[in-house]
Amino acid sequence: MIEIEKISKWYGDFRVLTDCTTSVEKGEVVVVCGPSGSGKSTLIKCVNGLEPVQEGRISVEGQEVTAKSTNLTKLRSRIGMVFQHFELYPHMSVLENLCLAQEKVLKRSRDEAVSRAEELIERVGLSEHLTKFPSQLSGGQQQRVAIARSLAMDPIAMLFDEPTSALDPEMINEVLDVMVGLAKDGMTMMVVTHEMGFARKVADRVIFMDEGAIVEDRETQAFFSNPESDRAKDFLSKILNH
Amino acid sequence: MDYNWNWGVLFEEEYLGWLISGFWWTIAVALCAWCIAIVVGSLVGIGRTVPNRFIRAISGTYVELFRNVPLLVQMFIWYFAVPELVPDDWGRWMKRDMPNPEFTTAVIALALYTASRVAEQVRAGIETVPEGLNAAAKAHGLSVAQTYRHILLPISFRLIVPPLTSEFLTVFKNSSLALTIGLLELTAQSQQIAEYTFQGFEAFTAATVIYVCIALVATVISQSLERYTAIPGFVGKEA
Repeated sequence: MIEIEKISKWYGDFRVLTDCTTSVEKGEVVVVCGPSGSGKSTLIKCVNGLEPVQEGRISVEGQEVTAKSTNLTKLRSRIGMVFQHFELYPHMSVLENLCLAQEKVLKRSRDEAVSRAEELIERVGLSEHLTKFPSQLSGGQQQRVAIARSLAMDPIAMLFDEPTSALDPEMINEVLDVMVGLAKDGMTMMVVTHEMGFARKVADRVIFMDEGAIVEDRETQAFFSNPESDRAKDFLSKILNH
Repeated sequence: MDYNWNWGVLFEEEYLGWLISGFWWTIAVALCAWCIAIVVGSLVGIGRTVPNRFIRAISGTYVELFRNVPLLVQMFIWYFAVPELVPDDWGRWMKRDMPNPEFTTAVIALALYTASRVAEQVRAGIETVPEGLNAAAKAHGLSVAQTYRHILLPISFRLIVPPLTSEFLTVFKNSSLALTIGLLELTAQSQQIAEYTFQGFEAFTAATVIYVCIALVATVISQSLERYTAIPGFVGKEA
């Protein structure tokens, strides 16, 4: 469903992505990991065109993200994205956060949008918080709202950019539980995360990046039991020993 | 100091009438200029932040031009120079037939000058909105216009209520420059009272008190606006 072919990206003279090639099938869960600064976040931001690439091509369900003729706005509305810092609209209640893009982009009626919002907010277990503002919620609750907000667009795939990195440890699980539920329901997901427990549990494949390049791209089991590269071995030994 | 205080002069019918009339002209000039300045300033401020480079350049030029020339000079240019620079017909109309030329000119000069300052506040407000919110709006498929309408502007206008309050007060004070092109607003009327009665202290004290009262009322209005628009837990203290 998501095809990434030989993409490269530069910030000025600095090369942040080097010849990255991978793909995500429908219903597949792919975890992207690697040391900080390795280009993981940049890679998934390229998938919905939030970051432009200078070389290579990306397509989502046959539609080219990198082509000039593509209606990016429309394409983005079909790909959900969850950010490290939630990025809920602070001046809107939880309900309005969930309804805005449904009404303005998908042109759903108010009633439709509200009932979809209520359904999803129940799914993430926050029904009683519908009228609150984001700043009145904990980090974990905010991130669950953000996930519900993306789901409200009925996306064909979801991108997660370090969804638990900004959370207190005791809130990480409530967010991961929601994500595990999504994965089990067959959502196509691309997840940048350091949560190796999550990766082991639900990922079909793990992509390991270092210095802007994809170093390993393998089945989850194979990646954890028998990483090929020294970089991946080193990385795993560092984060799994705690 | 050998000075004959006579506060009563302020309450003599003729002079009191002058003060009241000056007060209303000050209010009228300031409010008209402010309304125009908010609209023009918002557009220019937004223009400075949009992706389109051409619009950004025009907006930037506007701000630099109107912000950097002294307001007094701008008043003179609008009043004395512009009628000579435009085509003859227009110039004749501006000099002969334009209704209330001092008032109109003062409003335009004050409005366009203030707009350049409002524009900078609006720009600063928009740039203060965290970049991630922009990315989130984009990621949900909102267009640039929708992002401005529903995310950037509602947040940034709340953020800039306090600095805009200062700007609002400044409009009233700056409106006193309109006396230089012959508009009989509050300062001009006080000056006139001083010239007629030689009671300059009383006359300008009256003007001072009236300006302070206007400012206090404006401040109270702005503060309640600030409370009313506050985002719970996001900007400033919770009400």
